[in-house]
Amino acid sequence: MSADGANGKGSPPAPRGPSLVERAAALTPAVLARRVRGLSDRTVAWLFISPTILLLLAITIFPLIWTVKLSFTNYRANRPNAEIHGVGIDNYVRVLTDADVWAAMQATAHFLFWTLLLQTVLGFALAYFLDRRFRGHGFWATVILIPMMLSPAVVGNFWTFLYQPQIGLWNYAVEFVTGIPADSFSMIGSIDLAPWSIIIVDTWMWTPYVALICLAGLRSIPGYIYEAAEVDRASRWRQFWTITVPMSLPFIMLAVLFRGIENFKMFDMVNLLTNGGPGSTTELASITLKREAFEKWRTGYSSAFAIILFVTVFGLANIYVRALNRVKSR
Amino acid sequence: MLRREVSVRHAHSAVEPSRASKRIAATIVILYALGSTVPLVWIVMTAFKSSTDSIAYPPVLLFEPSREGFCNLFFTHTRQTEEYIAAMPPATGVCDRIARDRGMVIAGPSNFKPRFLNSIIIAFGSTALSVLLGMTAAYAFSRFRVPGKDDLLFFILSTRMMPPIAIAIPIYLMYRELGLSDTRLGMILLYTSVNISLAVWLLKGFIDEIPREYEEAALVDGYTRLQAFRKVVLPQAATGIVATAIFCLIFAWNEYAFAVLLTSGEAQTAPPFIPIIIGEGGLDWPGVAAGTSLFLVPILVFTVLLRKHLLRGITFGAVRK
Repeated sequence: MSADGANGKGSPPAPRGPSLVERAAALTPAVLARRVRGLSDRTVAWLFISPTILLLLAITIFPLIWTVKLSFTNYRANRPNAEIHGVGIDNYVRVLTDADVWAAMQATAHFLFWTLLLQTVLGFALAYFLDRRFRGHGFWATVILIPMMLSPAVVGNFWTFLYQPQIGLWNYAVEFVTGIPADSFSMIGSIDLAPWSIIIVDTWMWTPYVALICLAGLRSIPGYIYEAAEVDRASRWRQFWTITVPMSLPFIMLAVLFRGIENFKMFDMVNLLTNGGPGSTTELASITLKREAFEKWRTGYSSAFAIILFVTVFGLANIYVRALNRVKSR
Repeated sequence: MLRREVSVRHAHSAVEPSRASKRIAATIVILYALGSTVPLVWIVMTAFKSSTDSIAYPPVLLFEPSREGFCNLFFTHTRQTEEYIAAMPPATGVCDRIARDRGMVIAGPSNFKPRFLNSIIIAFGSTALSVLLGMTAAYAFSRFRVPGKDDLLFFILSTRMMPPIAIAIPIYLMYRELGLSDTRLGMILLYTSVNISLAVWLLKGFIDEIPREYEEAALVDGYTRLQAFRKVVLPQAATGIVATAIFCLIFAWNEYAFAVLLTSGEAQTAPPFIPIIIGEGGLDWPGVAAGTSLFLVPILVFTVLLRKHLLRGITFGAVRK
């Protein structure tokens, strides 16, 4: 291209041109060069943004619209040749009156409530101690952060090993600490304990995440506020509740928002740890959705369920973001 | 001593915590850190145990390291009669010997290597694409007046709120139509579409921090917009680009939901494969642990590399240090 482009008009190629682009620019015919040079900022902007938007339209928005369309039909993906007909809002009615769906929503709410509560309390405490800036706190912070970087699926899988009643390290540790015999209980096999088994793993994995964001919050509090409080002889306890907590609240809320959205969608870790069992005690919304869509192949029905879930998470997130902004602007 | 106190006070203008409170904080944090790494240490240890040691109770801390787990990970085995094994030529490798001691022969290589390779190709492919698209879009959002900018940015972020299973239903149908089911290209495009929101938001934050004056000076010097982007902005944003790329890599590397629902053979990555490493008599824990350990090593390296940018990455650039 560069050889043709020289065209006798551009300057001959420099033997050691600074870069390919510059050489190409030098070799481009003047008319074309003017046009390229003349790319207005507006054109560049659209040139730069449109690939991203197109990709998202093709792989996120188009499928979403397709899901909406399917949710009004009786379509089943494992029978592509069966006749498809519209069923109106039947699927939505059936989802919302399905006892299994409500059980799943309840399981999700239980999971959300306890993971968010435990992670916020533990995460904030960890951040508070890390903020004491003892020697080596940077190193220990990195060590603490490791679990949240791991693959939730692989984590769920190896915790099934730790939770084994006969051989697992968890049961051994429980026996060691409390004296309850290790083979007398099964974290993922018992109806009472299974919901807690997923809460424990999620908390182990994501407490560092909350801690990291809370730490940023604690460090954003200017020191002079504490100095002023010292001058006013406010006790440490009072300083904590009137300065530390309220001033890092937007950060805590941000962490809860991100964790809330992620855990509402929770699939991978739980799918491998309990797969919704025993019975359906740990069957979170995403697990039910997977069963309906990819095991029972009720595509129309599960599309309606998917849309309901999306609207729920989107709505809750919006309400929460408003509250967050109100706290921030205070 | 005194000087250190003073310098610390300058670094952090808050009332300096007392030495006793520092010591208490350090103890608590270190105990937590040690406790939370126990599961990981245990998995790595299990990877080097023999299958008997791995299921011993009480759990064994000291054991003779065995390569059984890694052998089970890389090869498939079949059980054979003693006469059959006795009639075979002498064992050639370590894994061969370990297998024969347990009355088995190696049947062939396992699927672990191709799955691992898929993970690498898909993770790097989608990362490259996400960063390329993300960088250009982020630059445009950062520097130009784009109509409806805030709405577009929010739209990009909101695509991340969809539960993966909800997207997987239509993607499954769409890929079936397009012939992208169970292909690496399909997975690369899908992971790119998930990662692009993170890439745009993070990179926009990094580019916002580069003073506009640099580019304006370049434009005055006769650079075109594209040249200024390439020669001024890209080098300045290098750290941000690397950090973003690592975040995208980690997501693609760890992803499970799409992988397990949309791939079955050709394009399957490691996360759906590791849990189904089956040995003799159910799950083969040393084999699973070996696969898990190998899979986690890159993540540990990345975490250490990223530690300064972690906060930014996990909050989509909302919180900067």
